[in-house]
Amino acid sequence: MSRRFTPKVVTANRLREGDVVYLAADDSWTPHHHEAELIEDETRAAARLALAASQPLYVVGAYLADAKPGPNGPEPTHFREEFRTRGPSNYAHGKQVDLV
Amino acid sequence: MYSYSEFDEAFIASRVAQFTDQVNRRLDGSLTEDEFRPLRLMNGLYLQLHAYMLRVAIPYGTINPRQMRQLAHIADTWDKGYGHFTTRQNIQFNWPKLPDVPAILQALADVGMHAIQTSGNCVRNVTADHFAGAAADEIEDPRPYAELLRQWSTDHPEFQFLPRKFKIAITGSPHDRAVTAAHDIGLRMTSRDGAPGFEVFVGGGLGRTPMIGHKVRDFLPVGDLLPYVEAVLSVYNILGRRDNKYKARIKITVFETGAAEITRMIEERFAEIRPLFKGHDQQLLADIRAAFASPALKTAPVTAYETARKDPIFRAWADTNLSAHRDADHAIVTVSIKAHGQTPGDATSAQMRVLADLSETYGYNELRISHEQNVILPHVHKSDLPAVHAALQQVGLATANVGLISDIIACPGMDYCALATARSIPIAQEIATHFRALDLEHEIGPLKIKISGCINACGHHHVGHIGILGLDRAGVENYQITLGGDGTETASIGEKTGHGFAYDQVVPAVERLIRAYIEHRTSAEETFLQAYRRLGIEPFKAALYGSEDTQDAA
Ligand code: SF4
Repeated sequence: MSRRFTPKVVTANRLREGDVVYLAADDSWTPHHHEAELIEDETRAAARLALAASQPLYVVGAYLADAKPGPNGPEPTHFREEFRTRGPSNYAHGKQVDLV
Repeated sequence: MYSYSEFDEAFIASRVAQFTDQVNRRLDGSLTEDEFRPLRLMNGLYLQLHAYMLRVAIPYGTINPRQMRQLAHIADTWDKGYGHFTTRQNIQFNWPKLPDVPAILQALADVGMHAIQTSGNCVRNVTADHFAGAAADEIEDPRPYAELLRQWSTDHPEFQFLPRKFKIAITGSPHDRAVTAAHDIGLRMTSRDGAPGFEVFVGGGLGRTPMIGHKVRDFLPVGDLLPYVEAVLSVYNILGRRDNKYKARIKITVFETGAAEITRMIEERFAEIRPLFKGHDQQLLADIRAAFASPALKTAPVTAYETARKDPIFRAWADTNLSAHRDADHAIVTVSIKAHGQTPGDATSAQMRVLADLSETYGYNELRISHEQNVILPHVHKSDLPAVHAALQQVGLATANVGLISDIIACPGMDYCALATARSIPIAQEIATHFRALDLEHEIGPLKIKISGCINACGHHHVGHIGILGLDRAGVENYQITLGGDGTETASIGEKTGHGFAYDQVVPAVERLIRAYIEHRTSAEETFLQAYRRLGIEPFKAALYGSEDTQDAA
């Protein structure tokens, strides 16, 4: 039995634009956290991270971030990741306006 | 101010060409991210939380109107119409896209600016008193020395791979506005027998292990500056720890080696290299000095100023935002980039253009950026102040709050910075608007609040009269408060009060501190810092925590 695994998503920044993206189950990158693949076990996590690392022309700095299931898809569990889904709090800049 | 020589221009042009090529090779896959990352950092390009960030050097905070306009142009063309002035007297653009960065660097080079050595383990932008060349209390303009250090340190082969980054600050006044005690080397001008020289401090710094610099020389003749600084750096380059990033700054070297031994080693090295400096540096300094000659200050009656003071709004601004100029008919204007509720240090492109215009029309083409994230018009004739104030009012730059509770330093924190553990900007915004709503700002008087979003302390919280440090405590933002910090010639590191506060408890906590101060001060003349030094931390702890146990300082 392996240790209990905290669910994860793979996230990174786009190489050209620098904005935050998430790896979806169909191997595409999405700007929406809730469209990310929620990864439930360690082996799958390592494989997905390796996939991200194999796309250096598309994304930079891929890592696994803790997440939890929600009604519309995965949700971040830490405030840092929550901020990354939106953008800064001092201006309506970033995803909070770009995606609506 | 200093303008680039042909040599400087050729150097910057070649660096832009190199980086353009490097970006292209990253985009076509010839460079991996691991290969590219150090190259982009050498050009001031970071990857932050939501986007790239480009940090542009403003050497010793001095900038001319043409450069300011170019920053506005960059903000409009490649960013979101604003820039963020930092505590290192630099400017950061928060939203550049990687393929655009070469064009931005070219636009900077066109006006003699760049982003080199704003990152990495090298000698960073030398910072200086933002009132340099204008202050009434100044012994000598420190900027020629800062420029000499800049030229000497730029691309210096021996000092490109130091154990860690290295920061030098310099002031020409006995009143230290450049936080010299919190730098790797702090240079404070003094005089002996009528000749100028420097008190030299080594090993100051904030961050994880805050320390006030040790004085290693009471008096360094100005002619010995370069060999002495070089001696300090070479001792550090050899002794400094490369095994542990957190122990690599010179403050740890000084701490581990001992101030007396470091002083001895510096002097020994200095004796070796001093003879190698045969006067070229002094010739260069003389040329540089000429570039910093004072503008020819105009003479005119100041009656317009006296008349304008009858207007209470103008008077309030004049009382807080003007400082004494060496010429009695001129004033130093600090333009507050801290309108209540706005992001400290953020200026829009429209505001930058107005600042450039005012500098040209009334300010002898000079502008400075302060480490407190404000913009300075260092020389304005008093008769022109009403016009300057009126123009600033038009673009939201006439806030009369310099040195008051809403004139807060705040680092970008977790709204932008990838290293942050909590947000700092919204805390600053809320403190400013809260105390304005209470209408207490002027009654409180001089007070420096400084906020950092992580232990790296870019927001100088350790030297804030009230320091606020944002931390991540078990997945929740938590703010630790320190009291009694001071970044001037009476420098001290703030003391922790006890456990931290949740995000929405910070403003009420600050209000309790302020009410305790007002209750305990001997008179309105006793500042917060003076009251703190007289009373100690206890009454403030009591105000913060009431009767709860305050022993377990976090
Ligand atoms: S103090 Fe921390 S959060 Fe703030 S700018 Fe510096 S590294 Fe970023």
